[in-house]
Amino acid sequence: MSGGLLLLMVAFVVAEAVPVVRQYGLVVFFTDEGWYPAAGQFNLAPMITGTLWAGFGALLAAVPLGLASAVFCRFYAPGTVAAVYERVLEVLGGIPSVVFGFWGLVVLVPLINQWQPPGASLLAGVLVLTLMILPTVSLTALAALDALPPGYRLNAAALGLSRWTTVWRVMLPAARVGILGGVLLALARALGETMAVLMVTGNVVRHAQSLFDPVRTLTANIALEMAYALGSHRSALFVSGLLLLIVVAVLLWLAETCTGSPAGDR
Amino acid sequence: MTADPGYRKTVDRIAATGLWLAAGLVCATFGLLVADIIRYGVGELSWEYFTGVPADAGRAGGIAPVLVSTVLILMVCLGAAVPVGLAAAVFLAECARRYGPVVRGVRHSLNLLAGMPSIVIGLFGNAFFSVVLGLGFSILAGGLTLACMVLPIFVRTAEQALRAVPDDYRMQAAALGLSLRTTLVRVLLPVAMPGIAAGLILGIGRAVAETAALVFTSGYVDRMPESLFDSGRALSVHIFDLAMNVPGGDRRAYAAALVLLGVLVVSYAVVQAVSRRIAPPREHAL
Amino acid sequence: MSDRLLSFLPGGWFWIAATVILFGGGCDEPGASSMTGRLVVTGSSTVAPLAVEIARRFEARHPGVKVDVQTGGSSRGIADTRRGLADIGMVSRDLKPGERDLIAYPLARDGIAVIVHADNPVTALSHDQIVAVYRGEIDNWRQVGGPDRPITVVNKAHGRSTLELFVAYFGLDEGAIAADVVIGDNEQGIKTVAGNPGAIGYVSIGTAEFDIAHGVSIKMLPLEGIAADSAAVAGGRYPLSRTLNLVTRREPGALAREFIAFSRSKAVQDLVHQQSFVSLVE
Repeated sequence: MSGGLLLLMVAFVVAEAVPVVRQYGLVVFFTDEGWYPAAGQFNLAPMITGTLWAGFGALLAAVPLGLASAVFCRFYAPGTVAAVYERVLEVLGGIPSVVFGFWGLVVLVPLINQWQPPGASLLAGVLVLTLMILPTVSLTALAALDALPPGYRLNAAALGLSRWTTVWRVMLPAARVGILGGVLLALARALGETMAVLMVTGNVVRHAQSLFDPVRTLTANIALEMAYALGSHRSALFVSGLLLLIVVAVLLWLAETCTGSPAGDR
Repeated sequence: MTADPGYRKTVDRIAATGLWLAAGLVCATFGLLVADIIRYGVGELSWEYFTGVPADAGRAGGIAPVLVSTVLILMVCLGAAVPVGLAAAVFLAECARRYGPVVRGVRHSLNLLAGMPSIVIGLFGNAFFSVVLGLGFSILAGGLTLACMVLPIFVRTAEQALRAVPDDYRMQAAALGLSLRTTLVRVLLPVAMPGIAAGLILGIGRAVAETAALVFTSGYVDRMPESLFDSGRALSVHIFDLAMNVPGGDRRAYAAALVLLGVLVVSYAVVQAVSRRIAPPREHAL
Repeated sequence: MSDRLLSFLPGGWFWIAATVILFGGGCDEPGASSMTGRLVVTGSSTVAPLAVEIARRFEARHPGVKVDVQTGGSSRGIADTRRGLADIGMVSRDLKPGERDLIAYPLARDGIAVIVHADNPVTALSHDQIVAVYRGEIDNWRQVGGPDRPITVVNKAHGRSTLELFVAYFGLDEGAIAADVVIGDNEQGIKTVAGNPGAIGYVSIGTAEFDIAHGVSIKMLPLEGIAADSAAVAGGRYPLSRTLNLVTRREPGALAREFIAFSRSKAVQDLVHQQSFVSLVE
């Protein structure tokens, strides 16, 4: 059933995207002068880099922090602390993107602005995204670690391994498939996030030269312009959505083939 | 050198410090965020707030209709995603051998689904559920669209949980002559319950947090919904409107965010409680 | 598995039951009108909060009627009304020449003001200065008599009525604007400017007035020497203003006509003031 649903969705996006491609061809999305839909210019490149920088930047921060959180919860924190922290992570994961965006706009952006105007920037986007995807990484890592047979830890103890060695060399590698799954989910979420980045990244269509430059992600672009787009413009927005989809799908597929898919035999 | 106990101890200590720092950092940021939400929002809460209807574009009055709409949307979402998701997870985890290619296909399509930007899913939801299926702006359309978003997350985690159940259980069940269905319901699912619950929690979090998709599907109407076919404003949409569209709506936005956090905490507690009731007690022996 | 499902259902049924009870027990106004039906109103997110409040009051007077207000932008309002997906559209500007197949009913007026941070010592900018700032030719406040601080130009996203009116008034070419931050909704713009001492932007006057009265750190600059406030808009003196409209296809139905008449009557002008717009009815 999910396969069918997916086909439907993809068909829909493709159908909506086709008109502009038919009119302008595919190359223009990378070679046009810029994103000026009113004038028939549809260069997506700056927004693609914006999306990638924001998503991977957030991943770079969230994976260590998220894994650290999971490890902390299961191996280092005393019982009550661990329980509280796990609740903190769960709630963090449920906070709506608008709240992150809102808070980012009124707290983070002015803060960054004092350091380096304009404040609404790639950095703000990365920070907010990190906060948003961190719970995904840590909660799935936690689930993966919990799913490991208790024997692993006991055997490591019997061998006299220190706590850190147990974690770093035994538990994490054993759970890596589940952890990777979480990381990929987190990446997918980061790349697809709309509202929060819309509010804090500045939404200017250009390649970022530094962390403090404003950027516009593909998703924010769709959100900002879809309501007002007609004809080719609308079609072009769907092309950007399709592009994002393909990028994520490719990433996920790559990750699964390179590290041994979760469908591996036990 | 690595065998030197002194070195090991230092590494261990550094690791421990680092981890505590990391956790502290996350907690501190979370604390800042929540502190702001509580500080600005708590003043708006009252009995009237929870039972009344919005007035003055949401700057006064209450949020009862919004709460009801949100809960209904969540119910629809879970009602659609959990059965389908569980079935898919079971299929992926248990039937891999017999239906290899199909399993790979389902897995890839789920990955693709997980990668869809939420706004695209919202647009699709609008086109498919609202227009093609004729649901218009309705709670049903919103819930179903959210289900599309939650499905991959839930399936992935549930599948991991099922896979983690040691094969012993399956073999012993087979030895006892239990049917596949019984094995599933009475052995595998209960044991995998904590993992499945984790997936459910992730899914609920995702669903409740979603805004863009809901604006196109369940809509903006802040009246108390009379049926699932009515349009209803979700809490996240309400927060967005108050924060970004209505002047002077900030405090109300914080208050609504606070309520949303409350809803989250309550639903998580419910999921945990149910999961604990179903899962067998953790074994302590090897 | 059924145990688990059942444990979810009671919660759901409770809420549905609660809903039914809550609504079923609602009071009817004595002598209420016998009008029934449903209206769908979509369009501008600027007009939407006002429309929601008017709709609420209308529903209270006519209990058999439901008015559903949805947002999506002025263009959406026009498109939906044309296609029959909405009975009435909300538009935060006047109809363009190509939209003459619809009828517009003015609802209220609103002005657009240039805003800067409250701490910014600059008190006025000339027409040419504003054009230069937005084109990126002037990029530091000291070039216009202010402190040595880079100017952060805040612009609205493409397609918004506010943007279109702004560029039309200043004779700017949209593509020539060198923006540092692009925003979607009014409040996002206000919050951006309030959080950045070097920012400049433009928003609806009503929205800005409301926020300033509530302590938000922005201030409005006068245009052509005329201070930006609702009184100036009401008096017709303020140069950059717009009409908020309800639009319908050629012949609106009875219910729609009734609602539109109600929206423009004395009975809802307090709501117009509440939402910080300028009333058209004296």
